[in-house]
Amino acid sequence: MTSLSFDIAHALAGALILSSFMMLYQDRLSALINLFAVQAVILSFSVAWQAFIQDAPHLYITAFIAVLFKALVIPLALHRMIVRLGIHREIETVIGIGMTMMAGMGLVALSLSLILDVASQSDPLAREDLAFALAVILLGLLMMVTRRNAVSQVVGFMSLENGLVFAATGAQGMPFVVEISVAFSILIAFIVIGIFLFRIRERFDTVDLRALDHFRGERFSPGDGPSGAALPVLDRSRGAGRGR
Amino acid sequence: MSLVCCAIFLVLSACAVVFAGQAWARVIVYGGCALTGFAGLLSALSYLAGTTPGGEWIFPLGLPWIGAHFAVDSLSAFFLAIVNGGAVLASLYAIGYGRHESAPWRVLPFYPAFLAGMTLVVLAADAFTFLLSWEFMSLASWALVMAYHRVRDNAQAGYVYIVMASFGTFALLLAFGMLAGPDGSYAFSSMREGIRAPWQDAMILLFVLLGAGSKAGLVPLHVWLPLAHPAAPSHVSALMSGVMTKVAVYAFVRVVFDLLGGTGWEAALVILVLGGASAVLGVLQALMHTDIKKILACSTVENIGIVFIGLGLSLAFQSGHMPAMAALALSAALFHVFNHALFKSLLFFGAGAVVHATGARDLDKMGGLIHRMPVTAVCLLIGCAAISSLPPLNGFASEWVLLQAILQSPALPEWGLKVSIPAVGCLLALSAALAGACFVRLFGVAFLGRPRTPQAAQAHEVDRFSLGAMAFLALACILAGVMPGLILEGIHGTVQDLIAGGPAPQGRWLSLVPVSEDRSTYSGVLVFVFVLVASGVTALLARRVASSALRRGPAWDCGFPGNSPLFQYGAGSFVQPIRRVFGARILHARESVEMPDPGDLRPASFRVDLRDPAWEGIFLPISRGVRGVAERCNIAQFLTIRKYLGLVFVFLVFLLGVLALWT
Repeated sequence: MTSLSFDIAHALAGALILSSFMMLYQDRLSALINLFAVQAVILSFSVAWQAFIQDAPHLYITAFIAVLFKALVIPLALHRMIVRLGIHREIETVIGIGMTMMAGMGLVALSLSLILDVASQSDPLAREDLAFALAVILLGLLMMVTRRNAVSQVVGFMSLENGLVFAATGAQGMPFVVEISVAFSILIAFIVIGIFLFRIRERFDTVDLRALDHFRGERFSPGDGPSGAALPVLDRSRGAGRGR
Repeated sequence: MSLVCCAIFLVLSACAVVFAGQAWARVIVYGGCALTGFAGLLSALSYLAGTTPGGEWIFPLGLPWIGAHFAVDSLSAFFLAIVNGGAVLASLYAIGYGRHESAPWRVLPFYPAFLAGMTLVVLAADAFTFLLSWEFMSLASWALVMAYHRVRDNAQAGYVYIVMASFGTFALLLAFGMLAGPDGSYAFSSMREGIRAPWQDAMILLFVLLGAGSKAGLVPLHVWLPLAHPAAPSHVSALMSGVMTKVAVYAFVRVVFDLLGGTGWEAALVILVLGGASAVLGVLQALMHTDIKKILACSTVENIGIVFIGLGLSLAFQSGHMPAMAALALSAALFHVFNHALFKSLLFFGAGAVVHATGARDLDKMGGLIHRMPVTAVCLLIGCAAISSLPPLNGFASEWVLLQAILQSPALPEWGLKVSIPAVGCLLALSAALAGACFVRLFGVAFLGRPRTPQAAQAHEVDRFSLGAMAFLALACILAGVMPGLILEGIHGTVQDLIAGGPAPQGRWLSLVPVSEDRSTYSGVLVFVFVLVASGVTALLARRVASSALRRGPAWDCGFPGNSPLFQYGAGSFVQPIRRVFGARILHARESVEMPDPGDLRPASFRVDLRDPAWEGIFLPISRGVRGVAERCNIAQFLTIRKYLGLVFVFLVFLLGVLALWT
């Protein structure tokens, strides 16, 4: 392996992390979806580059699937969805962007130190790939934890899955079936989540997850942000829901 | 051969699932189990006799690349004989007894599975297979305990049993985890090679005591026995009490004697004390209960205590480098295992017959059954005499050998043992005496006197199959008592394999010589002949000398003007002196008499409250603690979705952090 190919793979992996951080920072929904598309494109480049240096042509298919679904179909569908839900202009209140970014940096440091330590004997490229992939996964999870809107949680989940695909392609000799099935399972998950979003919306007039919590009879802690606005709407919809 | 038997048991179990509703399924299943068990018994006996070689088989089942190891050696062959012998007779009994089953589909499928589970435990030769079979056995027996789940208290019994069984398996899992061989392998053959620190040995012993002891019914883990054993159908109770507890003893012997290769004298002392406590507490509880099957289940605790006294004694002698005495104590324990399997099965069969005939389990609802059920009465009388360790029956022979071993304890080097083993011997003697009282009470109240209820007066003898099984067991009890040398001969090989350099006591055909000719000998035949001749001569003399004219007169009514059968000595009144002496302190027995005021039409009542010290002192605090913790954790049931995600996330990061710092 030449050092150039290693550097390019490294640079692409770094770009993936960077895009994860951008998503973590971004609080507008439509911009978030665009960023997700960008991350998917970077991922597909990275996978294609892996296909080239590992001389594994089936990875081109994986890259193609990534571009097709994650960079085109899913972002377009999500755009349409938020337009139909009427939340495309919404600015999501994220708790403490500064804190989130700090936590994200901590996570990246953790995953790098961990993987570089644990897998010190293995092939350097695979090792770096695994470290970055773990960082992307953790950042996706962090995003799911910190966001309140169901759509941004979906995006967080998809970005987590990007990390998984990245890890799968970085490791040599991963069976093709596994990659394909990962790619398709994410599509199915997306469909299911999309349907659920509309069902939630239909019932609660919002895709804010606090409404779900309230429906389950939860008490709100004051730290969860302003809740007064959602509740009257919610109560009405619950009445309507019962009437049906 | 035994594995083939297991396979047949499993096939029978599967068939029973399909055909349990049919009338003929009972005969097929029980008959098949009896035949299969007989084949297994023959193969085990032929191994013990030395005609078939043992061996080890590895099947590609279970964990990949490891497989399932099965092996037959002298120890497993001995216990295989017990398991299969018990299976044959219980199946024979059940052919008749099962006719009255109200819901055969709840019993038939699990019965062969239970037999297969017990056989597999004894055959297993690696930790994984052993634990799997152990859990299989527990679950099958649990299903049988829950056969009549609608009857009051049975569901509670099943719950307590499954909790204890899971706990026991967990403890065994930990024990086997620490036993791993030098190359990390879990096959028994490599575990024997393992080199462990003393503290590891102690931990393993503790976990095995918890795991096997909870299944065997060692105090204080015995609480489930009086609940669960009576809840099952009688032939299953016989198997659980007579055979499954023996499988637990097998687990203990296998791990401690075979895999660990002995313990220090402190551990032996702990086992001795636990055994002594089980013996006395078990028989005391048996005395207090009036439910005939509960009495038998509690007496199982007593007998397991006796077996563990023998095992502890053997370990003590082994640590003191006295292999001959260790072999003697181990033979006594194994002999008692065999005997208890015989007479406890017999007693449970008899109890099942009585319960079926009278429709009640309470002793105070029986009485006078000897006239209605003569054959059952004779068989049960022999069983009662055997379990009360009366010569010339088998219970006496094994306890006598055990006491002989106890008498050798002053030769031990440690003062702790020198002082405490005679004390344990006293406990053993006390429990034997109390067991005598217990079974005099059982037989006397149930079979003698006058019937206390119309059902008891209308009782009828049970069917031929049940009677055949009982008669066979009674005969076996007499034979094993008259010729104990024969049984000890069979145990000889097992004991020699377990204790290096220890000659088992000389088992001769006619007499037992545990230590040496000039110290003590016991000849079952001689005692038997003496008992026969003495009683025959007495009867003859009584006939010749006394008047032979038959007179019928009124029975003395203790001064009570009335003729109700309730004025007879009952189960509660018989035991009152013992309850006042022992029960008040140990079992917190409290008697309360409630007399109605004059003019009040309520009946007067007399009540006895009993509390089990193990239940009150150990299990209730634990269950309260578990409940408290569960209530604290209940908060986690009502978190928001984001908090759940956050929980997962934080835990993941925590684990990763631990990994990062660790490496």
